[in-house]
Amino acid sequence: MNEILLRSLTPSVLGILVRRGADFAAAEDAVQDALVKAVHVWPADPPRDPKGWLVTVAWNRFLDATRADTARRRREDLVDEEPAPGPASAVDDTLQLYFLCAHPSLTPSSAVALTLRAVGGLTTRQIAQAYLVPEATMAQRISRAKRTVSGVRFDQPGDVATVLRVLYLVFNEGYSGDVDLAAEAIRLTRKLAAAIDHPEVAGLLALMLLHHARRAARTAPDGSLVTLAEQDRGRWDTESIAEGVEILQAALAHDRLGEFQAQAAIAALHADAPTAGETDWVQIVEWYDELARLTDSPVVRLNRAVAVGEADGPRAGLAALAALDNSLPRHTAVAAYLHERDGDLATAARLYAEAAHQAPNLAERDHLTRQAARLNARRSR
Amino acid sequence: MAKYLLLKHYRGAPAAVNDVPMDQWTPEEISAHVQYMNDFAARLEATGEFIDSKALAPGGMFVRYDGEGRPPVTDGPFAETKDLIAGWMVIDVDSYERAVELAGELSAAPGAGGRPIHEWLELRPFLTDSPTVTECSLK
Repeated sequence: MNEILLRSLTPSVLGILVRRGADFAAAEDAVQDALVKAVHVWPADPPRDPKGWLVTVAWNRFLDATRADTARRRREDLVDEEPAPGPASAVDDTLQLYFLCAHPSLTPSSAVALTLRAVGGLTTRQIAQAYLVPEATMAQRISRAKRTVSGVRFDQPGDVATVLRVLYLVFNEGYSGDVDLAAEAIRLTRKLAAAIDHPEVAGLLALMLLHHARRAARTAPDGSLVTLAEQDRGRWDTESIAEGVEILQAALAHDRLGEFQAQAAIAALHADAPTAGETDWVQIVEWYDELARLTDSPVVRLNRAVAVGEADGPRAGLAALAALDNSLPRHTAVAAYLHERDGDLATAARLYAEAAHQAPNLAERDHLTRQAARLNARRSR
Repeated sequence: MAKYLLLKHYRGAPAAVNDVPMDQWTPEEISAHVQYMNDFAARLEATGEFIDSKALAPGGMFVRYDGEGRPPVTDGPFAETKDLIAGWMVIDVDSYERAVELAGELSAAPGAGGRPIHEWLELRPFLTDSPTVTECSLK
């Protein structure tokens, strides 16, 4: 059984139930039940019409739940009336679901969990495993999120930017587990891009594809980080890069630049260089200038300082760095790198060790510690 | 979406405001304290922020490798050990501010006289997995 096919049907089945009059929370539970049943039943007895099967099973689940709920009160007409299947506007339903699941009233973690379940068709257990959270906690997070959006009208247009932030989070902060969250984020963004013509949606999809293309080269067999400059570019996924570049170019042609298109442009310039030495750093600095103008983010200016260090030399990079708040995350790591490039190995080694101490994740800490150790070993020879 | 460890110390943390040892509380005060801790954990489960909570026995010892073919060496417990962990809670929250807020609430657990202990809890962020986008992450 193709689990991706099954999951890709989730949002349209959910949309049909909601259009038939089911409230979102109850419909979502019913669809989840139907998905779980499909996983058990389909391998031995595959349906001829998978979507029709899911709609029927989910609708019956919904009716059962509603009956159980209303039996104590009074039976409603709704439960006895089998409505005709709704019109085939699955694309619009899917779009509405994205908006609902990324509603601004939700916290980022709730929006991520709800999106993965209601749009992505993942089970609560899979989401819990992916984020290393107990299943009971994840179940509560999801039902709380559903309560939060219960008053939101399903047919209201939402803000694409909030949806993009949620998908970016899924892509960028995914942990490990059975579910490949980066691939899932790409799948969901691809689907969104098919439902809406928006240059920033395309920009995010391009960004994801360009970064995903480097995944195999990003870590050594022992799990340690391999920096962009040291990656084996032969292991980059050229198909994914070509697709990302093509999507980006089409998006840029709209002449409505946004932060994701600018980030993707930087990733594309890296992807374009046959060797690290041939990277077009001057153009990358220009894109960082655009990005800084669009976001006014100090993190962007920090990354820009690295690019300036490559384009105009480490002294210029250090000068750009001096203008930034040194409490910024990774500020010390950048300073260490630029000092090493400038030949001040003693300062670089001290700063690498300091940066390792402040590192937010294990791979980065180990990487920075190795950099400090490498310089210390060289100096003591 | 960040995980934090709230560490409770038997020893090693600065003195609490309401610093009366538990064996000098009334049984009702102990019950109220335990109830507060259970309610706190249940509330975090309901908000989708609870990961784990465990208490540790105060007794323990140090163990180390002693070379090929030899049993590990054990030593202790050392009465003079400066720091002694009593237990922990792990939470998964959307922000550092939320983690501080929750640690503050946990520290308000009632002690002697039914008044908050104002116990010092150690708040430690977990190291995460590395992000996918590294060269221009906006966060």
